[in-house]
Amino acid sequence: MKKAAPFRRSFAAALAGLLLGAAAWAPAARAEELVFLSTQLRPIESAQKMRTQILAGAPVPTNFVTEQPPQLGVHVRAEAQAGKPVSSLIGGLHGELLPLAGTRNLAPLDDVLGSLTNRQINPAMLEAGKLGGSQQLYIPWMQATYIMVANKQALPFLPAGADINALTYEQLAQWAGNIQEKTGKRLLGFPAGPTGLMPRFFEGYLYPSFTGGVVRSFRSPDAERMWTQFRDLWKFVNPNSTNYGFMQEPLLSGDVWIAFDHVARLMDALSRKPDDFVAFPAPAGPKGRGWMPVVAGLSIANGAPAAAEAAKLIEYLTRPAVQIETLKAVAFFPVVQVEMSVDLDPGLRLAADAVAKMGAAPDSLVSALPIGLDQRGGEFDKLFMDTFQRVVLRGEPPRAVLDRQGEAMKRIIADTKAACWAPDARSDGPCPVE
Amino acid sequence: MRRAGALPYLLILPSVLFLGVLFVVPLVQTALLAFQEGGTWSLGNWHRMADDLNFQDAVVNTFSVVLIVVPLQCTLALGMTMMLRHVQRGRDIILWVWSIPLGISDLAAGLVWLAILTDQGWLNTLLFKLGLISGPQAWLTYETPMVLLAGIIVAELWRATAIVFVILLAGVQLLPKEYEEAAEVFGASPWQRFWRVTLPLLRPSLQTALILRTVLAFEMFAMALALGGRNFPVLVSEAFNWQYGNQDYGVAASYAVLVMAISIAATLIYLVALRVPAEQRA
Repeated sequence: MKKAAPFRRSFAAALAGLLLGAAAWAPAARAEELVFLSTQLRPIESAQKMRTQILAGAPVPTNFVTEQPPQLGVHVRAEAQAGKPVSSLIGGLHGELLPLAGTRNLAPLDDVLGSLTNRQINPAMLEAGKLGGSQQLYIPWMQATYIMVANKQALPFLPAGADINALTYEQLAQWAGNIQEKTGKRLLGFPAGPTGLMPRFFEGYLYPSFTGGVVRSFRSPDAERMWTQFRDLWKFVNPNSTNYGFMQEPLLSGDVWIAFDHVARLMDALSRKPDDFVAFPAPAGPKGRGWMPVVAGLSIANGAPAAAEAAKLIEYLTRPAVQIETLKAVAFFPVVQVEMSVDLDPGLRLAADAVAKMGAAPDSLVSALPIGLDQRGGEFDKLFMDTFQRVVLRGEPPRAVLDRQGEAMKRIIADTKAACWAPDARSDGPCPVE
Repeated sequence: MRRAGALPYLLILPSVLFLGVLFVVPLVQTALLAFQEGGTWSLGNWHRMADDLNFQDAVVNTFSVVLIVVPLQCTLALGMTMMLRHVQRGRDIILWVWSIPLGISDLAAGLVWLAILTDQGWLNTLLFKLGLISGPQAWLTYETPMVLLAGIIVAELWRATAIVFVILLAGVQLLPKEYEEAAEVFGASPWQRFWRVTLPLLRPSLQTALILRTVLAFEMFAMALALGGRNFPVLVSEAFNWQYGNQDYGVAASYAVLVMAISIAATLIYLVALRVPAEQRA
């Protein structure tokens, strides 16, 4: 039996490790801090920078807590129903805050807005912050979008006559095809892995560019052509794409030369090797250059335990200097007018230029993030990924897939009664799937 | 025998309460949730689960892994146990090395294997240095499903054979030497002694190891997620996706109940197939 002793020790060690891990994980109770609940800056590195850099100079001690987007509504409403809310400040995207306004979980911020002097907040974004009502329900916090980045080695393969700042999806396919022909490798990449933001590519880029809509035109003949064309393009896409989460990694390792992703998820590549990469707008389709500006806003929860402190934090986070600090730390762009300092990191400058070009493109077609889906947002995203999986990865006929998925789309819209959002034409009731 | 009164029950009570509150209650809730939709009884969740495009893949993948990995692990662990019986010097060191994977979390193990099998990973580096490939070769994509399955199986073998081995080793150490010695005296070959004496005596340990390992294999999650991601759905990863990604708790509950039903069925099969005679029970 003596021989078994090392074993017991190893078990004991494993158990001790588990317990220690659990102890370290348990959150420390810090009741006096303001709780800032955010669906933004979730990736651990961004959250850490938020805590250690951006919030370091905040006027009130803040506990920055992140939450998955589909769970934000459940979380906030559960706190309100419990009668003792914990979170005071809520940071989320327009479409995530909207359902909370519907259930009266957001406090009006007109007084807070009135006290914000010395800053010019983008007026269109400010108007959107009323969420269709007369009172201000969120104050714009920061913005971002999705762009494309290419390794400079890919540039010689651009199709003749193509302007990298005004590409079409056809030219993108030719470009990737040229690269495969000459190098034998598929070097175009998309973030289609489990943690990637691929659904946004379909919702805000591909669908608007090809069909001029997302929900209304979901199963239109245009959509059928789009999927057929995208399936052809996929022949030049790195098959590891279904594992990619953040495209900065395969770009840096050279597994991919051309990639689409959220600016913040490309920043590492641009910042570390600004001389190796170029950033440029997403391609255009027959209906325009669909793109999705993403605006995050700050709201105060109704009945917040620290409403006054939350207002102070809003004032702090919208200061021009803090907005620049936010840009430098986490690559989300300012929503207030700022003097872009010359010492901006060259990588950030590349990204900022690409974003500006996208907005200024003559064929630019702005898409909103899905609005009003609340908890069903995840299922809505899945619908696009399922369509992608069936048509592109499994080669099922697009028509049949679209009809099938169209039914699922109808069910989600019927359950949530969500009205159409841009670029779909407005609807009086729930958005119709035509 | 002295009557102990209420004391044994009192001592047992906390653990029963602990499991009851934190296991049985959620279990019943999950089972109820799986059969409800919008507050009424319904099979809607089950229809949506079975109708989903990943369902069939998840079932096939999960069963493939279990049916391949569990027998291999048992064979390997039996071999390791038998070999270790004949080792005198350095036995403790071998034991330690063989049980290293026990101390590693399955997600960490998955990431280790990802570092080996990824495009710029150790395997490709080695193959490249040996001149067998000319550039990065993708192993873990939807285009190479068999290699992906093989990768997951190898990784699972590495990670979880140790637990089977530990259980079998404990069983072997309890076996009386007399039976084997008697068989040897009567002229049984080593092979006959293994099949006719050792293996039947090991049945209780083998049963425990098989039940434990099979149930855990049906619950495999982190390894499939780390290596396969979207390309290798398994039952538990689908439950996770429906719960957290799609926020449909009903379908997630259906998956959970399905995994539980499969695990119970597997356990019952082992209990019957490897029935341990009453006189051999501890």
